[in-house]
Order: sequence, then structure tokens, then C-alpha cells
Amino acid sequence: MSSPAVSLRTSFGALISRELQCALRKRQDLANPLVFFVLVVVLFPLGVSPEPSFLETASSGVVWVAALLSTMLSLDRLFRDDYEHGTLEQLVISPQPLYLIVLVKIALHWCLTGLPLLLLSPVLAVMMHLPAEHIPVLMLTLLLGTPTLSLIGGIGAALTVSLRSGGVLVSLIILPLTIPVLIFGTGTILASIDGIPVAGYLATMGAFLMLAITLSPFACAAALKMSVSS
Amino acid sequence: MNWTFFHKLGSPKWFYDLSARLQPWFLVTGVLLMAIATVWGLAFAPQDYQQGNSFRIIYLHVPTAILAQSCYMMMAASALVSLVWKMKMADMFIVAAAPIGAAFTFLALFTGAVWGKPTWGTWWVWDARLTSMLVLLFLYFGVMALRAAFDDLDMSSRATAILVIVGVVNIPIIKYSVDWWNTLHQPATFTLTEKPAMPPEMWLPLLVMVIGIYCFFTAVLLVRMQTEILRRERRTKWVRGIVEAEASK
Repeated sequence: MSSPAVSLRTSFGALISRELQCALRKRQDLANPLVFFVLVVVLFPLGVSPEPSFLETASSGVVWVAALLSTMLSLDRLFRDDYEHGTLEQLVISPQPLYLIVLVKIALHWCLTGLPLLLLSPVLAVMMHLPAEHIPVLMLTLLLGTPTLSLIGGIGAALTVSLRSGGVLVSLIILPLTIPVLIFGTGTILASIDGIPVAGYLATMGAFLMLAITLSPFACAAALKMSVSS
Repeated sequence: MNWTFFHKLGSPKWFYDLSARLQPWFLVTGVLLMAIATVWGLAFAPQDYQQGNSFRIIYLHVPTAILAQSCYMMMAASALVSLVWKMKMADMFIVAAAPIGAAFTFLALFTGAVWGKPTWGTWWVWDARLTSMLVLLFLYFGVMALRAAFDDLDMSSRATAILVIVGVVNIPIIKYSVDWWNTLHQPATFTLTEKPAMPPEMWLPLLVMVIGIYCFFTAVLLVRMQTEILRRERRTKWVRGIVEAEASK
């Protein structure tokens, strides 16, 4: 009992630096979801219509759906590597609350996948003929929306981490749950195009984010405990 | 209050015996009530003054839709029991109920489409209600897919319970968002004709049908749960006894 307890700050500092190191050593894994994001957006003008009038109305939805799919794709790796080499078990049995560990992991994952996506979105918005004055709104919705997606998706990743066929299953069980975020994400931009004040819409998205931050780590933690129980 | 009854429900053998006794009654009552309501609703209930005879599909559509939604709520209550008290029967309920719920959701969507064609002139409208039912169908599919993915029984029951609870927290948010989205994007392309206050001749068969469908649901559910019990308890003495008794007949 005499061993000194590791403080919350030290252990989370170690966790954060470890997560960043692991992520930065696998640069290709960071790039793949971004390339996928761009590719999905490019498919729409090619597949549906390159008319600027069509693209303008469709742009918000296309960028958002692409962001949603790319987030789902990247989430598969969120816990998988840790599960495979046993780090996850160590995290689960560590004295620090699993709730916070999960929250830190998802937050870092968002910084490495969601944030680049957010920074890339103006380029795609211009290519999709979204009027320039609405691009900040698009970025704001992505800023509030993609972390929510990561948090909801984290539940799916935690539930399926012990399964070999994770990828498609995560999308299947999580995509229905992300519909509200998608609706409000595109709805905000459409409202902005119609000249309606968007503060209320953004506030709703912020509320979704807060709800996801408070509730989703509980479900993730329960799911992770289940996944390492075998 | 005496809780013995509740605790007994957690015992597979006791539940099996009880359900074996109750199941035929539910089946007979369900089929009888459904038959009565079908004949009553289709042949004797008065026509709708606006929709004519096409309204009669509500005798199938409304009960299936009610059941589809309440089935998920029952599953969520079971999931909580399964997570908190680790009762085996609660998990078996979820396993047994999910495909039935999905089937009823599909029926509700299908009958809705059949009704929509003569009334709205199209099979499918991105109406808020239709869309949220479609999402519900996907939630059922998700539960079933996750369930099937695990080999380990304990893990699969915990995973399913977590997913069902996450889903039920989301259902009100999805419902509200879809309602909001619909009013934003489609300002009344198709207006549902305001439902007239129904006379008793019209809603009584509906009520009978709802009760009948619930009885039928219970009967099917009990059969599925019995099968699940036999499968999981196949190594126990009492199940072997049943099998041997069947074999020696």
C-alpha cells in the first residue's frame, strides 16, 4: 500500500504523449480518412451533376455526409491497436477513471482526424460552389458536429473492438444514431443560405455536443469493460 | 410486497413452464381478436367520408406501428434489467423480441406505403413519421447485427444491452430532429388530412385489433423465448428430461 499513487495529471500527461506518439508514427492512418473525405465529395459532381446551381444546394449535405462517413472509417482504429497489444486492458484496470481516459482518447482522436477534416473543408466547399460567406458557418457546424460524431462513434468502436469484422458493423449500429447531428449540421448551413439567423441552430448543435460529452464516455467505458472481459 | 413472483421470472425453468401454460391462450385470444377485428374493420366499419375504403388499412397499420415502437421500449427496460441485475431472462427477451420488433416496423412501413399510394399518390414520402420509423428499423437491424457478431454469450448480452440503452436515449432526439428537419425542408407538400374525431364504430375494431396484436406478439415472443431457453439450458437436467420425454413418445 505504500507505493505512491500516480497523480491524475501525471498519468494523463503520459497517456496524451503516448497517444500522440503512436498516432504520429502511423502517418498513413492519419491521411487515409482525409483522402477518403475528399474522394467522397469529388464523387458527387462526377456522379450527379457538375451544375453550379445543383452543387450550391447540395454542397452542405455532401460535405457533411462525407465528413460523417470519414469519421466512421477512422473510428475503427480508435481502440483496435490498443486492444490488440493489450494496452487497453492496462487502461481498464488502471486506477484512473475509465470515463476520463476514454474522453481523452476520443478528444485526441478528434484532434488528429476531425480537426484536419475541418481545416480541409473550406477547399471542398469552394469546389462545391458554396458561397464564400457561408463557409465560416460550415466550419462552425463541423467544429461542433464532428466531435459529437466521434463521441457517438466511440461507443460503436468500443462495442466492436473485440470482433474481427468491426468496420462495417460500427457503421451499421452507429449511423442511425448520428442522424440528428447530420440533420442539424446541414440544416444550419441551409438556414444561413436562406438568411435565417443561425445562432439557435448552432446552440442546438452545442447542446448535442455537451450531451455526447457527458453521456457517451459512460457507454464507451461500459463497452470497453465488456470487450476486455473475455 | 412479496417479490417472489418477480424473482421466479429470472429462473429459466420456471419461466419455461409458465410460458408453456400461457402461450396457447395468448395465441388463441390473439388470433381470435385479430380475426374479429379484421372482419369488423374491413366489412362493417363505416367508410371514411374523405378517404373512402382506403382508410381501412389503419386496422393493420396503426396496431403494427404501436407495437413496433413499444417493442423497443420493452427491450430497453429489459436491457437495463439485464445490465444491472444480470438476469438471464431479460437478455433472452431482447434476443427474442428484436426480430419481431423489426418485422412489425417493416409491416408498419409497408402498410404505410400501401396506404400512401392511393392517398398521397406516391409510395414513399420523406415525411417525419415515415423517416423516424425507418430509423427505428435500422436500430433494430443494428441490435440484431451486433448480437450475431459475438460468439461469447456473456459478452454479446452485455454489448446488446448497452447498444439498446444508447439507442433508447437517442430515440427522442432522433424523433425531434426528424420532425424539425421535415418542417424545415418540406413545408406541407403533402398534408395529412386532419383526422376526423372517429366515431366508436370506427375505433372499436381498431382497439380490438391492438389488443389482438399484443396477444399475438406475446404468443410469438413466448415461443421464441422457449426456444432460446432450451438452446441455452441444453446441458441441464430438466431440459434433458423434456427431450427424453419427447423422444420416447
